[in-house]
Amino acid sequence: MTDSQRPDTVVELIDVTRSFPGPPEVQALKGVNLAINRGDYLSIVGPSGSGKSTLLNVLGLLDRPSVGEFLLDGVRTGALSEEERAALRGRSIGFVFQSFHLLPRRTVLDNVLISTLYSGVPRAERMPRARAALDRVGLGHRLGFLPTTLSGGERQRVAIARAVIAQPRLLLADEPTGNLDAQTSREVMDLFEELNADGLTLVVITHDSAVAERARRGIRIDDGRVSVLR
Amino acid sequence: MTRAALWRTSTWRTPTWLGRLKKPFGKAERPPRPVNPVKRADRFTVQDLMVEASHGIGGHTGRLVMTTMGTVLGIASLVVTIGFAQTAAGQIARQFDSVSATQVLVQPGKAGNMFGSGTPKTSLPWDAPERVERLAGVEKAGLVGQVDAAGARITAVPVNDPSAPQSAGPPLLAGSAGLLDAVRGSVVTGRFFDAGHDARADRVVVLGTRAAEELGVNRVDRQPAIFIGDRAYTVIGIIDGVQRRTDMLDAVILPSGTARADFGMGSAQELHVRIAIGAGSVVGKQAPIALDPNTPDNFDVIAPQSGSELQQSVQADVNIVFLVLGLIALLAGGLGIANVTLLSVSERVGEIGLRRALGATRREIRAQFTVESVVIGLLGGLIGAALGVFAVVGVSLVQQWTPIIDLPMVLGCAVLGAVVGLIAGAYPAAKASKIEPISALRQGV
Repeated sequence: MTDSQRPDTVVELIDVTRSFPGPPEVQALKGVNLAINRGDYLSIVGPSGSGKSTLLNVLGLLDRPSVGEFLLDGVRTGALSEEERAALRGRSIGFVFQSFHLLPRRTVLDNVLISTLYSGVPRAERMPRARAALDRVGLGHRLGFLPTTLSGGERQRVAIARAVIAQPRLLLADEPTGNLDAQTSREVMDLFEELNADGLTLVVITHDSAVAERARRGIRIDDGRVSVLR
Repeated sequence: MTRAALWRTSTWRTPTWLGRLKKPFGKAERPPRPVNPVKRADRFTVQDLMVEASHGIGGHTGRLVMTTMGTVLGIASLVVTIGFAQTAAGQIARQFDSVSATQVLVQPGKAGNMFGSGTPKTSLPWDAPERVERLAGVEKAGLVGQVDAAGARITAVPVNDPSAPQSAGPPLLAGSAGLLDAVRGSVVTGRFFDAGHDARADRVVVLGTRAAEELGVNRVDRQPAIFIGDRAYTVIGIIDGVQRRTDMLDAVILPSGTARADFGMGSAQELHVRIAIGAGSVVGKQAPIALDPNTPDNFDVIAPQSGSELQQSVQADVNIVFLVLGLIALLAGGLGIANVTLLSVSERVGEIGLRRALGATRREIRAQFTVESVVIGLLGGLIGAALGVFAVVGVSLVQQWTPIIDLPMVLGCAVLGAVVGLIAGAYPAAKASKIEPISALRQGV
């Protein structure tokens, strides 16, 4: 099967509402409809408390919508068991976090390989893929280093290598530049753009308007409601 | 090669279930599995679990040492307690000389009163040695009893000297022919009396060495005589080396037949039996029945315990206190593991969140922390068991004992450490598995 046979829509949110039982009951997402196509580059902005985290949880299969349906690659995720959701999460979704979340006592290479443990990457491919991914983010010469000896930008690039090694359908970046200076932020965003140009579907959640503006599509979330910026 | 080209060389895997989705669902066809299964070898295997757990443990060496300390102490004290009990039991059994292991003593039971002494309930028959010697395991039996000489003095020469101070004189005992063998005595000179002397009530005596010294008798080849009262008795032998009834060495010993004839002796007080090693419990049970089949309970028997009974009773004494102490130490060790694992879970919230985001299930997270605490417990158990063995061997070396350590017991103690870890890790592992990934990931590492 080739890529052309896949559905073009990677993510489809249909009337997704997520409410947290009160009192008072809080509706973090209110009837959200969102489609993200293969190869899309989408930014999500919004003030804190607007529902960004909840949306990230739902998109990352870490939370279930109270109402509505989330289709990932055409699969209705609401019907899946926790185990299946974990397996799907490992295989189809890559995460990049604001604070990198590298294991401080493991080498750069180990940190990238951890992602292959849970995502069912064939064992024989793990090492070559990890090296290729680290080469791809420009850290092929730092395989044996500990994350604590790397700069912030390098750490985030390790995290990106870790996120893409399982070849996910969707990369979720949560404030990826929040802990980086302007120069390194630009480098990381350049890397994201290259990956996107290679066909990776990318969702970036950010406060930083400079970061958000680089995405081709942008949405804004306010009090649980989504509005399309462009 | 450009970066982009390099990237393209790695293949994007295409899930096959997408193909299946496009087929119309037949009636018999089950709905496709939304997540196609991964080959078993590519899943998160036990080996992966071990590697991840060992990294988790190896991170803090200093903390690991402190964590295992409680288990080490607990397991070590258990091994030392049990090891010392076994060693001591072996030691005590060895110190019991062969005499005690091969002697049985039968006495008529006393009708007890509040002063602990009383009238005998029965008496030993005069043919007791013959009756008992028919039992398997009995080598020799002999009767012995005190003879009431009715104030008659025992002297070498019958001198009636009113001015001489009244001396008690040696005690007078009566025995059967087998007595000397039964109490493992030896003849210094002359001979011991035999069944013939006994039956004929011959006026012969045998002297213990100290009695002989007191009476001034050192040779029997000229057939010296001693006087009991004013009757003369021929001294036919002097004995020594008695292992039981050592008072025989101070005494003048008559054949029991003679004692009955001359002094009206009623019955013997003790039956000494020499037995084969290990026959103690059997002979102890059978001898009273052989002596009086109707009322065997009327005899008191002192028989050697068999080795295992002895060891068990010693172990039971030594163990309880130290075993309780060891278990308390182990409990403290378990609490220590639980505490540190809990600390480790709260420190590694970020890592747990990350693993969950990377596709780890709650069960895999729980397994990782359980394995970590089991390994810590097992490590403590192994170190503790080794230390315990060294302690037992070392002390035994200094005391010149033979260390006796039950190896399965030692291994069991080491495994007990792992069990402690398993129990201690259950709560922290459950807590780790309940951590919500995103809130954990947003906290920062």
